[in-house]
Amino acid sequence: MVQKLETFHETPSQTAGPYVHIGCTPNFIGVEGIYSADLGAADPFPDAGDTITLVGRVIDGTGTPLRDCMVEFWQADGGGRYRPGQGFARRPADAETGEWRLVTVKPGRVPFSDKVMQAPHIAVWIAARGINLGLHTRIYFEDEDNDGDPLLGRIELRHRVPTLVARRDGGVYRHDIVLKGEGETVFLDI
Amino acid sequence: MPDETGTRITRGYTGYPETHAAMGSLYQRDFGQHPLPYSPGYKTTVARSPSLPLLSMPSTITEETGPVFGHEMLADLDNDLTCNFTGRPAIGERIIVHGRVTDQERRPQRGVLIEVWQANAGGRYRHRKDGYLAPLDPDFGGCGRCITDDEGRYEFHTIKPGAYPWPNGTNDWRPAHIHFSIFGTGFGQRLITQMYFEGDPLIPRCPIIATIPDPKVAERLVAPLDMAMAMPMDSLAYRFDIVLRGRRQTTFENRMEGL
Ligand SMILES: [Fe+3]
Repeated sequence: MVQKLETFHETPSQTAGPYVHIGCTPNFIGVEGIYSADLGAADPFPDAGDTITLVGRVIDGTGTPLRDCMVEFWQADGGGRYRPGQGFARRPADAETGEWRLVTVKPGRVPFSDKVMQAPHIAVWIAARGINLGLHTRIYFEDEDNDGDPLLGRIELRHRVPTLVARRDGGVYRHDIVLKGEGETVFLDI
Repeated sequence: MPDETGTRITRGYTGYPETHAAMGSLYQRDFGQHPLPYSPGYKTTVARSPSLPLLSMPSTITEETGPVFGHEMLADLDNDLTCNFTGRPAIGERIIVHGRVTDQERRPQRGVLIEVWQANAGGRYRHRKDGYLAPLDPDFGGCGRCITDDEGRYEFHTIKPGAYPWPNGTNDWRPAHIHFSIFGTGFGQRLITQMYFEGDPLIPRCPIIATIPDPKVAERLVAPLDMAMAMPMDSLAYRFDIVLRGRRQTTFENRMEGL
């Protein structure tokens, strides 16, 4: 006989459904007067100087942008520090185009171990109707040195690495996330 | 947000910010405890589920930290859906939904933000895309939020949502449910789920619940009636406990800075 292993199971996930905005960004869809502002609607680093703009869409396996998804972002500040009161943002996709837009600071490098640093990145989490378990992914930047990043280094199919890297497009960074099929984004079990 | 042991992390990196002093690497997710992403019985999953395997990797500081939300962001009625929309009482069966948020080691998760949303008593959402025949209740908005206390407890007052039909199969109905969005202390613990009500005959017929292959697992989303917490002449109560991913934290793995 052995002792019982007393760890418990995580609560099972369920889809956020088509009305995730009622709960998470009610003002955005016109349910007003309950919260003074939607959580995460402000820029994640409102007072910081060196700002960037990221725009993107979440695209399904038929090539159609999701217009009912919610995308969340978590990132370090420009100096590579995670700050509990800053660094989080939440964006509903535009109801017509499916586009989301984030104005933030470019994150600094953060540690992986005491010896290894991670390339600048923003953590992304996606919830929507038809997504049974929220999807984790990351956004890196094409004009940063991404060599030696421990997560990117783990991607066996090297041609998939660019699915995690935002491209410069004029004054903004552009980053589409593809849920399925050609150009499928790398999603994370992390 | 230090946990009760006050211990630090286990991996190579020791330099967490003060505010994240008790961080530790997250337990690997057990996908057997979750719905399958590709579940053709729930048609929308077909085009929205990745076809390639996820990239597995131990958590890093990015997933082990997360936003912290303080009680000061909450208004008095944020957790009372019965009257937080117009101030007048919503129509429906008054209920209390409460429970505890812990991690996989049963450590209470304090300071956790929980957001909920739901249909009204007739099964209708306040959303331009919801065209169900059931009427809107002018006094029901449909969302609420709260932050767990030091023991990880939370409580909402609301009305029992109605069942509603949805376009999937020709005659699919959702059992009464409340949607929950939960922030742990790390972004990697982020979770959205749904709570169901004990005794609902639509539960075994629901294609969304059936995306969880093991009915024993799905049962953990069904909240029992909790008469001990019911308020006489006021509200029935249901209890829904939530478990977030655990963290490796032991004093043996603790070490001094720089060692
Ligand atoms: Fe629903």
